[in-house]
Amino acid sequence: MLTKTLLSLGNSGINFITGAGRAGMLLLGALKPSGRGVKFFPLLVKQLYVVGVQSLVIIVIAGLFIGMVLSLQGYSLLVGFGAEQSLGQMVALSLLRELGPVVSALLFAGRAGSALTAEIGLMKATEQLSSLEMMAIDPMHQIIAPRFWAGLISLPLLSAIFSAFGILGGHLVGVDWLGVDTGAFWAIMQASVDWNQDIATGLLKSMVFAVVITWIALHKGYDAVPTSEGISKATTSTVVTASLAVLGLDFILTALMFS
Amino acid sequence: MNLSDNIIEISDLSFKREDRIIYNDINLKVPRGKVTAIMGPSGIGKTTLLRLIGGQLLPNSGKILFNDENIVTASRKSLFKMRRKMGMLFQSGALFTEMSVFDNVAFPIREHTKLPESIINKVVLMKLEAVGLRGAAQLFPAELSGGMARRAALARSIALDPELIMYDEPFAGQDPISMAVIVRLIRELNDALGLTSIVVSHDVEEVLSIADYVYIIANQTVIAQGTPQQLRQEKSEQVIQFMEGRPDGPVPFHFPHQDYKKEMCNNVD
Repeated sequence: MLTKTLLSLGNSGINFITGAGRAGMLLLGALKPSGRGVKFFPLLVKQLYVVGVQSLVIIVIAGLFIGMVLSLQGYSLLVGFGAEQSLGQMVALSLLRELGPVVSALLFAGRAGSALTAEIGLMKATEQLSSLEMMAIDPMHQIIAPRFWAGLISLPLLSAIFSAFGILGGHLVGVDWLGVDTGAFWAIMQASVDWNQDIATGLLKSMVFAVVITWIALHKGYDAVPTSEGISKATTSTVVTASLAVLGLDFILTALMFS
Repeated sequence: MNLSDNIIEISDLSFKREDRIIYNDINLKVPRGKVTAIMGPSGIGKTTLLRLIGGQLLPNSGKILFNDENIVTASRKSLFKMRRKMGMLFQSGALFTEMSVFDNVAFPIREHTKLPESIINKVVLMKLEAVGLRGAAQLFPAELSGGMARRAALARSIALDPELIMYDEPFAGQDPISMAVIVRLIRELNDALGLTSIVVSHDVEEVLSIADYVYIIANQTVIAQGTPQQLRQEKSEQVIQFMEGRPDGPVPFHFPHQDYKKEMCNNVD
């Protein structure tokens, strides 16, 4: 019994370390300058469209609604203290520091991350990755690197767009519906939002989230068991692991930045 | 440099997956310019052998020489250099689904050469003409039948005029017409382009009709080899069972398990 437990523990340990090693090699492969120069650029542009542009609709709509809800909740709280003029400040800081990077990262993991895992898993199952290898073309350069860099570039931009539309949503509800003074809304926001403390930290967070989500998505796809069940498991695992990683990292980054 | 008569030489190759031995000290030679067939029952690792030759898997021991260069110990750079002289037709075709047939065939040429598009256009059309799919150049893989997809993949694998082409189960799941087309193409391309072909299959009659030399693999090793005529004369029970498709023999019909009667009696209360 004890031997069996030890054996299973040992096996789990070996599997974990092997998996981590493979994930590390994949990250190195994606980061390494490929030397493909001009051939890399069209691949990157295509992936920027697939990963970034195609995620825009969900990001814009979610940003608008989150901003509107924030504004409604914030107004009902602030009006009790007669501080409803600070609504713009509250909406902007909540979005720029926390909700923008975190919610856009969660949405990105669900939309683009799962799609990346499924796509690469299917390419593996249909031997497309093997056929690239046999054509003397490194899948790391052709498939993994463009998707990795596209994720890295897209998410911070999507996060900025999310926050911008969130503020717009907050304005729609706070100013146009609830009657907060538009001058106060924008002026107090402008006075209280700091580039380093609020905007740069938010961007830094979304960059870290972008690396983690894209890395997890690509690794899960590349390492997927090449069957329909294996790809389905890998896709689910991407969303769950990436979402939890984003929330955990958000806490750590917030503690490091603001404590 | 004088290359040996064999494009591939495998010596003392052993390979295992976890605890399961796939090959045990196997030796095999693929003569240059010929069609060599590798046959054997399902699940004995025929595709694995092609992956070992392509350097996609590493053996536990032994040597695999391609043009006298050892694939096993080659650096990634020299392995990629060797792969540029190899083509492989995968069982699924492995066409890139987001590209048209034309772009699939043009892909390796665009990646590995700096030829102008006008030349690439002509080369691709020549390759597609060779497999009878010039008219399907603008179709996408999803619009092709199984046989057409395999022919398109064949055009892609000969795009860079390789020295060696490996066919992984080229006849699997094909209707009789597609099968006859592929059989003819393998032989004609081999002779017209001066290639060397390795065909992995368990379709006995089709393989024997085009192969110059045949290896039969079972029990982790080569159990018979020779020209198709020599194999038809083979006396070994195991070879006869495979060649004639007998359901029972040295390769048992029943998966090994405890005695049937004993198990049935045990279940009676």
